[in-house]
Order: sequence, then structure tokens, then C-alpha cells
Amino acid sequence: MAQFLRKGRTRWSCSLRGEWIASVSTLSAPRIREGILSQGTGSLLPRTFINGSRSFVPDGDSPGSDVNRGRSSPDLDFRSTFATGDYRHHDAKPYSTQCGKLGAFPKVGSLPSSQFSVGLGSIPTAVGGHGRKWSHDSFNSKWRNFMSLDHDLNVLKDDIKTSSESFIENSKAMEELLLDLQQKVEKVRLGGGVKAVERHKKRNKYLPRERIDHLLDPGSPFLELSQLAGHELYSDDLPSGGIVTGIGSIHGRLCMLVANDPTVKGGTYYPITVKKHLRAQEIASQCNLPCIYLVDSGGANLPRQADVFPDRDHFGRIFYNQARMSEEGIPQIALVLGSCTAGGAYVPAMADESVIVKGNGTIFLAGPPLVKAATGEEVSAEDLGGAALHCKVSGVSDYFATDELHALAMGRKIVKNLHLAGLKNRASRSYVSEEVREPVYSPDELRGIVPADARKSYDIRSVIARIVDGSEFDEFKKLYGSTLVTGFAKIMGQPVGIVGNNGILFTESALKGAHFIQLCAQRHIPLIFLQNITGFMVGSRSEASGIAKAGAKMVMAVACAKVPKITILVGGSYGAGNYGMCGRAYSPNFLFMWPNARISVMGGAQAAGVLAQVERDKRIRDKTPWSDEEEEKFKEKVAQGYDREGHPYYASARLWDDGIIDPADTRKVLALCLSASSQTAPKETSYGVFRM
Amino acid sequence: MGGGRNACRLALIATQAQVRRRSGSVVARSGSSHVRVCSGVAPVGRWGGDGDVPEGAHVSHAQVASIPGAGLFGGRRLSTVSGEEGRGVVKGRSIKKILIANRGEIACRVIKTAQKLGVRTVAVYSEADRGAKHVAMADEAVFIGPALASASYLDGAKILATALATGADAIHPGYGFLSESSKFAELCKQKDIIFMGPPAAAIRAMGDKSVAKSMMSAAGVPVVPGYHGEDQSPELLKAEANRIGYPVLIKATQGGGGKGMRIVHNESDFFESLASAQRESQAAFGDSRVLIEKYVLRPRHIEVQIFADKHGNAVHLNERDCSVQRRHQKIIEEAPAPHITSEFRQRIGQAAVDAAKAVGYESAGTVEFIVDTVSGDFYFMEMNTRLQVEHPVTEMVTGQDLVEWQIRVANGEVLPLQQSEIKLMGHSFEARIYAENVPKGFLPAAGHLHHYNPPSASPTVRVETGVGKGDTVSVFYDPMIAKLVVWGRDRSSALTKLVDCLTKFQIAGLPTNIGFLKTLASHHAFAAGDVDTHFIDRFKADLLPSTQSESIQEPCVPKATQYGAALAAAAFGIKSAQEKSNGLNSIWSSGSGFRLNHAYTRMLHLDWKSELAESTPVPLSLKLTYSKGGNFVVEGDKVEKMTVTGKELPDEDCNLRLNVNGKSAPVSLAQFHQGGLSHIHLWEGDQHHHFTMPVPAFDTDESQEHQRSSHGQHERSSTQGPGAVVAPMAGRVVKIFATNGARVKKGDSILVLEAMKMEHVVKSPIDGIVKGAEVEVGQQVSDSTVLCQIEVCTCSLS
Repeated sequence: MAQFLRKGRTRWSCSLRGEWIASVSTLSAPRIREGILSQGTGSLLPRTFINGSRSFVPDGDSPGSDVNRGRSSPDLDFRSTFATGDYRHHDAKPYSTQCGKLGAFPKVGSLPSSQFSVGLGSIPTAVGGHGRKWSHDSFNSKWRNFMSLDHDLNVLKDDIKTSSESFIENSKAMEELLLDLQQKVEKVRLGGGVKAVERHKKRNKYLPRERIDHLLDPGSPFLELSQLAGHELYSDDLPSGGIVTGIGSIHGRLCMLVANDPTVKGGTYYPITVKKHLRAQEIASQCNLPCIYLVDSGGANLPRQADVFPDRDHFGRIFYNQARMSEEGIPQIALVLGSCTAGGAYVPAMADESVIVKGNGTIFLAGPPLVKAATGEEVSAEDLGGAALHCKVSGVSDYFATDELHALAMGRKIVKNLHLAGLKNRASRSYVSEEVREPVYSPDELRGIVPADARKSYDIRSVIARIVDGSEFDEFKKLYGSTLVTGFAKIMGQPVGIVGNNGILFTESALKGAHFIQLCAQRHIPLIFLQNITGFMVGSRSEASGIAKAGAKMVMAVACAKVPKITILVGGSYGAGNYGMCGRAYSPNFLFMWPNARISVMGGAQAAGVLAQVERDKRIRDKTPWSDEEEEKFKEKVAQGYDREGHPYYASARLWDDGIIDPADTRKVLALCLSASSQTAPKETSYGVFRM
Repeated sequence: MGGGRNACRLALIATQAQVRRRSGSVVARSGSSHVRVCSGVAPVGRWGGDGDVPEGAHVSHAQVASIPGAGLFGGRRLSTVSGEEGRGVVKGRSIKKILIANRGEIACRVIKTAQKLGVRTVAVYSEADRGAKHVAMADEAVFIGPALASASYLDGAKILATALATGADAIHPGYGFLSESSKFAELCKQKDIIFMGPPAAAIRAMGDKSVAKSMMSAAGVPVVPGYHGEDQSPELLKAEANRIGYPVLIKATQGGGGKGMRIVHNESDFFESLASAQRESQAAFGDSRVLIEKYVLRPRHIEVQIFADKHGNAVHLNERDCSVQRRHQKIIEEAPAPHITSEFRQRIGQAAVDAAKAVGYESAGTVEFIVDTVSGDFYFMEMNTRLQVEHPVTEMVTGQDLVEWQIRVANGEVLPLQQSEIKLMGHSFEARIYAENVPKGFLPAAGHLHHYNPPSASPTVRVETGVGKGDTVSVFYDPMIAKLVVWGRDRSSALTKLVDCLTKFQIAGLPTNIGFLKTLASHHAFAAGDVDTHFIDRFKADLLPSTQSESIQEPCVPKATQYGAALAAAAFGIKSAQEKSNGLNSIWSSGSGFRLNHAYTRMLHLDWKSELAESTPVPLSLKLTYSKGGNFVVEGDKVEKMTVTGKELPDEDCNLRLNVNGKSAPVSLAQFHQGGLSHIHLWEGDQHHHFTMPVPAFDTDESQEHQRSSHGQHERSSTQGPGAVVAPMAGRVVKIFATNGARVKKGDSILVLEAMKMEHVVKSPIDGIVKGAEVEVGQQVSDSTVLCQIEVCTCSLS
């Protein structure tokens, strides 16, 4: 009783009981689409032909399944038998795959039976009248079969030879950069120096990253943010900006962890410390992540109070964020493992729940010296704001921990009991259950793809091929505006839209980008931007083609698209290209840089040229002579300045990014970020005025 | 044909029995007795209390008598002349359904054969066995009562009622429980249900050791000198002991399996041992009578499997050597016995057959002998009137299914083989795998089988068990987990296989004797077949190393253990890292240890405790680094740095393939939480390592306390000082000597715990006053429960 489908060129034929009965031209696509969209899976419908080969046969009525086992066509062989409930429906599985894995789509959509009768013409029995709605579950359960039909059809071809000289040379260059990065990270992981660490440990305290390791599910990943914050930023070293932040899992629940490093300047807040703290809160707020503050800080850094205290995005903002997140239902948890003085006292005080460690943890607005100075009262730190006081008398803290490990254990318990807190707007489980396939090309090869010489270009598809599932990439508008590569792929089963640069942005590229971003926003598909952009094309032809408004469209689309956005700087990020490709100003959920990346308003050489031109003009006006030598020197200085300021370390130190990553880790980091970003419900996107 | 012959045989035996009864001294030795029967003893009407010998038998008998030379042959030859008409006269209804009045591996064993023969099975189960394997295997299973055996598996009336209700034709009693209850056998008969064992009279005769011995000595079977009298006055018993000469053995008259048995080395210990043996006997068998025997030094325990049918045929299926014992219970058995001649085999076999015939035996039985290793003399010790635990070794070397024989004999068929047809092929070992605490003197243990992976079965490897992964070995019954039976062409090849299979036998969750068995089986003296019942004592130093000698501060950790710890750490990491991450949703909770721009390092603090010797746990700290590409680097203060890669194999048995510094090897890793600790078991090469890890601090505190109290234990670890009296094992309190406030001396008995029907006296560790005793008689206590405190009394001198 099953129909067997045979694909002609654009049509599907159905056979019943071995007879070819009817040719079914593609059933009205809009109807099908509608059916599918109604089940929340519209974003995954790149195909235009979807046809049902579905029939319901009341069990008793079945004339026997033997008839179902005929061979229908040379390239397809379907077998049946699969029973549920009262009905036996005949499921079709592709048997022979040599001819491009065509197959029937047994349970797609829910076509009204009338449509079937139309399509199948004179079928005598059984089809009509039993058109039951497929439940969402059964639909999803068959999703895998459905998707597997066109596996391997869209695997990116990549001709990079890992044994080639250039690959080896590139790898070497990248590995040097990585080595330097790892050494720098290794150094900041040591905290604020041997002596401070020793003193710290003597008090039965753990280092911030150890505290985090104890708090997290053992062996689970930790995505540390901005490891190099504060790098060469101040006259004194400020490893990791004096605060460790990152995302990790506690009892399977993703949390944002914010841990002061008291070995670095007593855990006091420098301007960059504040910025890093606020950035962590921003991510938490954007991604609905419970915040856990491991407090051990002396408060604001007094000598730098002007850059820490007064402004909007200064110290006070921390508590403002705590209040607003708590309002949204995002849990705020404080573990007081050391001192929380002055403003810092508000972190536990503002928290939903707080834990304090006996002996080490203190909370007070003013410490004993200040109290003595102010009121003459002599009191010990423990009596003034210790665990006993706050848990028994003041009620400032909720849980009394006997030591640090106990406090961390309590922190885990608090998370365990969060239940649905902050999840009310959570995205319904998306269809990411499909078996995850690793890329065909090893992500490790990403280290050898970026040319050692930054001026050389490379195909962004080589990068995409090494970060997406099965290296499969369905490219959108491949032939149009080819300097921007757009397309659909999956990362660990999560559908994503990828926007990557393959050269200078032209008008067409920008239009294509805007179009693609709108597609993704409408379908709630997260966007990944792979930036390697020198900017928009300049020149009269470009301007005449309206490149400014084309770029504006892309920027508008990027700015307004309410889907998770993750930006990776895989090369240069210059000028307005940075805007169109979702630079920091466009609030991507996460932004990471590769060690070879550069970021500035324009390239160092161009800037030197422009500035030299301006300077020369000025000199000519002033009639001061400017020798070529001087000009060269000037240019070099400018170029050097640009190079320095465009360097990832410089960027990371100032929190222009969320960290520098090893290209080989890109897939993992993207997956972690996507997962972290998927804690929120999809939002509808609307746009401003597009200049047409 | 067969029927007539059966009838004739039966008559013959019946006659013998009658003769024996009358004269009290006629030995039923095959050849001569036949002649004697033929030569003029009158036919008999009834035999013993069992057979209903029909009219036809008389007729046949006459025929038999007339055949010249009949006595030289077995009954088969005799019966060839008798007619068909005898068939059906014997209680010969064919068994279609068997109720198995037992549990555990033997129930499963019986069910297997029954299924093979197409006989339906009924299992019975107690409260503690609701989920047991035998319940699942049987065609039907009936609940018969609470966990306590006396209210379930020992409740004959209930079991019989069940048999009637389910329409079972026969009851297979297995071993233990009702298998040697003549009362039960009789009850079965009354209810017309076939009891698959010997007639009640035979059970009764052999069950009473004194009667058995006098009967045997009358039948010409050699017996050990001893006192088997009815007069049980302690003084007389002591006098008899003095007469026999120490060391002597006090045994419960009704006993078996080491229960109610005591060795007395000198006169002064006699009374205490006697009292204890009597108490145990009373508890176990409801009869406190004991007998006293010469205790043979360095004896071997050799037993003969015999089989008899309802027609008077009796054969032996060769011997088994069960000399290696601990706590008077066998742990390794083998067939044939090493270093014996075929002439000896014949003699001892014949003696066993004689013994069986002397009591009119039917079905499977075992005649146990003590063999003096020096003189080579053997003495009858006792007869076990049931199928024994170690019957599989006999099956392996004879190629027979003894349970099938039992069913066929119960059906009334003649024995499938006659003596000359019984082969002896190769060599077989059985190792009994017990839940027991080897360093605590083999005390029985109980617990949960968190991991259970026996070696795979083959025609030469059998694993008989009644449990599986996730099952519990309860405190209510025998703590045997499984029997490992192997066969080899000769003793050494069988032994090689035994050691290999023991190595592959993976159990975690409770202490077992596997490691000990392996050490034992690998011992040179055992390999040489130099066995006796004191084997374990004799080689204690080799088998149970460093029992108490090493109470020094730094107990050394064997190198293999250090290596094992490192491997365990790496395997632990690899396993958690490779847990299938199910796409995006679980990527964060995967154990990949992902970190940005640096490697994740984690410390694992393992505690190691020797399996064979009692010692304090030794801490081992290991640094586990998750480096790139799935490499794990393990370092430790006692372990050399090594790089491990590997992957988890896709089976469900926790197997991994590890590559350590370029060397690839399979390992198995089991992890579970129990008793507030995380346990890690690693099997690697021929090693089994067990490490514990304190559960990470964040999962302990209140929840753990809660867990403890929920077990109803009175555990107060804070009070566990030197004066704490701790239960050495899980068991039931049967007697309390010292109550609160009692003044005790070091070594005084405080109470008696009973587990697995064995009594253990808990003694005071120090002088002082008993405080905080909360246990009551009949209460079940768990292993390591603090029973009471002995408070040192400063005024004790005054």
C-alpha cells in the first residue's frame, strides 16, 4: 500500500502496488512550507521539493505487506513495515545511495489528505480520510533520516595541501604566535606574584582559577574570557585585569563566574577590572546565565578612583546590573571568600543568595582602621563583619561555610537548587539532536591556513570547512557579490548562518550580506561572522554604485538582527568593514580574535600614507621643508603605532574582544558560545529604515 | 525390557536392605551380596520407608536368583532377561514441572537443565530475592515470605503448598536449605510430590553423623576414630576427647559445611568450644548434639561423587579434591584429585558406592573422605545427601549433566551410564567466588555488585552464578557470588586457565576473594598439587602477605599499584572526556576539560588499600593534565610521568584501550559511589586495583550524614576511639554478654554476631566499662557499625 517515489527530472512518480499510477508534480510548495513552518522548523527548509510518500493503512485493512517490498526504480529501493498504534504507516528508507541519496520524505509536513487524492488520482483505497496530524515528536524523531538524505552533498572542497611548503611555513608562523600567547597566558595564570600567592595560600585560600575548578563540574569546559585584560595597560602588571571571568557548567547549568584575584593588587578594581566585571555581567544578561561572584576584593582602587568610581560604566554599574539581572530572574550568587570592603560589600548584599567563609570572609562598609578613625571604636575584622556576625546577627549572608571548599560546595548546591530560575524565557529545545559529525578537515589545520604574510589573501571557505559539522556548507548567492561568503551550516548540530570575508566589500557583497542576515534573523538562526576585511571598496565607481547605502543596509541588518551573533577576527578588521561584519560596537554575544588578527580604522601603511599626505600639505602651507627621510621616519612611526595598537594583545588588554584564541580551538569555542547563547528565547527582529 | 529389569533390581536392593536391617551387619558389597541374596533370603514386601515394591518384583526376583554368575555383573546384565511388565511399577511418572526450593546459582543451574529437557520450572523467592536472577529465569516464580531463610526457603510446608498450587511434579532442593531435611523429604512423599534426592531414611541415616559412622564402619568403610555416642554430658565428651587425644574436632551431629564445628587443640579450651559448637548447631539444625573425632593433621579432603537410581544401581563419578579450605569451607575444588593412582581411585570409589548402597541411596550424593597424606589411608567422614556446590568439576571431567541425571533418576529411569562407561577426561577446577573480607579473616561480606563482568563462558569455562550487575549480595544467605569452573587437558593447563579466568573476573562493589583465589591458584605448592586442608594456614605468609608485620608509618605501595593508580587516573579522565556529548546541549557538561590557551590540570587524590592484608589506606596524589589531542599526562609523587591516550570501547563493560607511552593495552574501569566514597576499580593486565576517592567536598556534608542515618545505623564516627567495639561484618546479633555498665576485660566476649549462619564473637578491645550499647538481640547490624564503647575506667583498680 505504500507509494514509491521515483524522481524524474523535476517530478516524482508514485507507485502503488507496483504500478506506476500517477506522476505527482511538486505539490504546492507554499502549502508544504506552511505545514513545516507551523512546526517550528521553517529555518531548515532550503529544499523546494518535498513530497509526501505517506499513506495510512488501517491495520486490519492491510492486504499484506509483501506488496510493499517491490523494487521501484533502479536507484531507489524502499522497504517498509513499521507500526504504531492503530495504523500501519509505511516508512521508506533509502536503500541504495549511489545515485545521490534521493529518498522519500515519509513524514514531512502534514498534507491534507485531499491533496494526496489529487496527486494520486485514481488510487482506489486507503489514502483518503485518515489524514492524521503528525505529532511534533514523531516529526522530530524522523528528522535525522530526513536530514541524512543529503549528507555529503555539500561538503566543501578544499585543496589545501598540509604538506605544502606554504602550509608548513604558515603553521610555523602561527605556532610562534601561539607559543607567545600561551606563555603570556601561563604568566597571568600565576596571579600577582610568588609572594602574594604564598601569602594567599597560607590563609587556606585557593587561587581564583582553582576556586573556579572546584566550583565547576569536574572535568567540564571553562571558557575563560579576556585572559589578557590589563596586559601592559598600566605601569604595574595587572594579570588578567585582577579578575577572572568565564563561563562554565555547575550541575549541568551554565553559569557566569566572576572571581576576584586578591593576589593582584589586593583584588582592587582598576578601571579595566571594572570593565571586565561589567562585560561578564553583560554576557550573563544577554545569555541568561546565573552569575556567581567569588568575592575577595579590597574594593575600588583608590589612586585611580576617578577612572573607577563616577561614570556610568564604572563601579556602581556592577550593582545596578545585579539589581537588573535579579529583576529579570537571572540568579545572582555571591561567595564571600575574602574581604568585601566598602563598595564591594554590596556584591554579596545585592546577591540573591550569599555564602561566607568563617575566618576569611568579611563584609563591611568600612574596615577596622577606618572605623577607628571615624568613631574610635576598636574592633576586629571578624567581629566587625565576619561570617558569624553576618549569618547569625546581621543577616547579610545566608550560608555559613567552615572553609573555602565548603563555601564552594555550597555554591554548587545553590546552583543545583536554582531549578527554573531565569529560564522562563528560555528557548525551547531546538533541533540539535542530530548526530554531530566532526569536520572532514581537521580543525588543527586552521593553524596553517592563515598566510604568514598578512598581505596575502586566503579563501575563507578553508576556515569554514574546518569549523562546521561534516565540513558541509550550503552557500547562499555564491555567484553574486563573491567577496562576501554567506551560507548555512551547522556547528555541533546547531544551525548557523556564516558570513565571511573573501576580499574587499563591494556594493553587491554588502547587499548580499544584508539579505543573508535578514534570512537568518527571520529564521532565528545564529550568525557567525568571520572577519578578514580591509574595508569597503573606494573609488568613484564604487561611490557611484551607492556603496555607502549598500554598506548602510548591511550595518542596519547587523545592528538589528536579534539572533545570537558571534564574531571571530580571523585576519584584518579595518574600517567600516568592522561595522558591517559585526564588530564590537554591534554587541555580538562574543568576539574573539586569532593571534594573527589586526584591528584598526585602516591599515598602518595606508594610515601612514594618509597622515604623511596631510602633514606634507601642512608643511607646504607652513613652508617648512620636509625631507624624504623625515617623511619616511614619520610614516614608519605612524605605521608602527598602528601595528602596535592593532595587535590582538593591545585589543585584548583593553577588552575590545573577549579573548584571543588558538585557531584550532575555533570550532570548540564557537560551539560553547552558541550553546551559551541559546539559553534565551528567540526574539523577533525588526529593522529601521533601509536606504533604498 | 527396562521396566522389568528395573523391578528386578529394585527387588534385589530391597532384599539387601532387608538383610541389612535384620542382621545389622551385612555389607551390601556388590558381588558377594548378590550371591547372598540369591542364596536364600526371602523376597520382601516393603523396603525401608520408601519403595512400594510391587508384586512383579517378586516374580523377577526369582528369575534373577536363577541366573548363574549374576552377582558378578551390575544390575543391567541381570535385568536383560526380565520382561517389560515391570515398567511403570516403579513410581515412574514423568516429571513435567519442577519446583526449585532454592535460590541463587544452584536454582539457576537447575533451571538451565530443566529448560534443556523441556521441563517447566517454578522458582520460589523471598522478600530479599524479588529481583533475583532465578526468579527471572524460571517459567513461574512464587513469593514465599520474608528474607529470613527460616520463614521462606526453609519453610517446607510453604514450599510444598506452593508446589501443589503450581502443579509441580517434583521439588529440587538444590543444596543447603531443605536439601538434607529428611522431614521435608517425607513430607513431599506424603503429598505425592517427588523429592529429587535420596529417600528420607538415607538422609536421616547420613545426617546423623554418629549413626552414619557406625553404619559405615559396619559396612566396612573405614572411619576416623572418635566418639559418636548419645551421651552428651560435657564431662563425658571431654573424657572421650582426652581418650582420642588432642587435637580433636567437635562437630554438630546434624551439621555440615563447617557449621557447628570446632577444633580443640588442648584440654583447657574444650568447654568453651563445646558450648559454642552446641549453640551454633542448635541455631542451625535445631539439635545441639555433637560428636568428637580425631583431628587428622595435614589431611586431604577427597570426596567421591556417587549416583544411585531407584533400581539399586549405584555408580561413582570419580573423586574430587576439596582440600583447600578456609573457615572449614571449600574454596577451590578439582577433579580428579592430584597425585592419586587409578588403583586408589577405584578403591575409594568403591568405598563410596558401598557407603551409598549401605543406606539405600538414590539420586546424587557425595561421600567425603579424609585422606592421610602420609599413609595414604582414607577414612569416611560424612556423606552429603544432595547435589553439591562443586558438582560442576565432576560434570566437566565426565561430560555428564548431573542435574539431568537427577531428573531422570527421579523419573524412575535407570542411571544413564554404568560404571565402566563413566569416563575421566582431563582436569577441572572450580573456584568459589565469595563476597568476603579476606584481610578480616575471610569474614562474609554483603553489598551491591556495582560492576560484575565474569570471563566469557565457553565449552571449557563455566560461570555459575545467581547474580548479575546491579544485584545485591544480601546478608541473609550464603555470600557466594559465583562459581568459576574451568576444564583443561591436564592439571597444569586447567590451572593456567583458572588463573587467567580469575584475572578476567571483574567484580566491584563489595570485597571478594578473587585476588586471594588468584594468589592461591598461582602458588607453587598448589601448582604442584601439594594440597591439604591446612594449605592456607601453611602458606599464610605467601597468601596473605604483611598481615600485621607492617605497622610502620610509611606502608610501601607496590610498583604495580602505583602504575595502576596512574592508569586509573588517566582512564578516569579519558572516560569522562569521551562521554558522548550529545550535540550542543551537553557540550558544556562534557568531561573534555577544555580550557583556553592552557591545559587543564586536575589533582586526583586516591586512597589505596591492600586487598589481601588489613592496613590503613595509603594516599596517592596524581596530577592529571588534559593536554591537546586527547592526551593525558599523569604525574605523581610516587608515579613516573607518563602520557596516556586511549578510547573507550563501545561495549557496556567499561572497557578501554589505553596507549601508555606507546604501549597499547586493554583495561577495564568501574566507578561508583558507595558509603560516602567514590570507588575506582581498574583491571589491567593481571592486576586488579581498587582505589577510593573522597567524594569531592561539594557533594558531602549534610547529604552524607543524611544518607548514613537513613541506613538506620548507629554510626557515630566521631566517637570511634580505641574503645569502640565495631561490628567486624554485617550480621544479626544473637547473643549479648555484656550490657551497658558491665565491666569487661580486654578480650572478653561482648556479643555474638551471626552472619551466613556462622557465629562470630565480638570481643572487647580494652579493659573498661560498656557504654552506649544500643543493639538488641535479633537486630541486624551493618559492617563497621559501632556496637558500643568501652570506656576506660580510672577507678577500675579500686
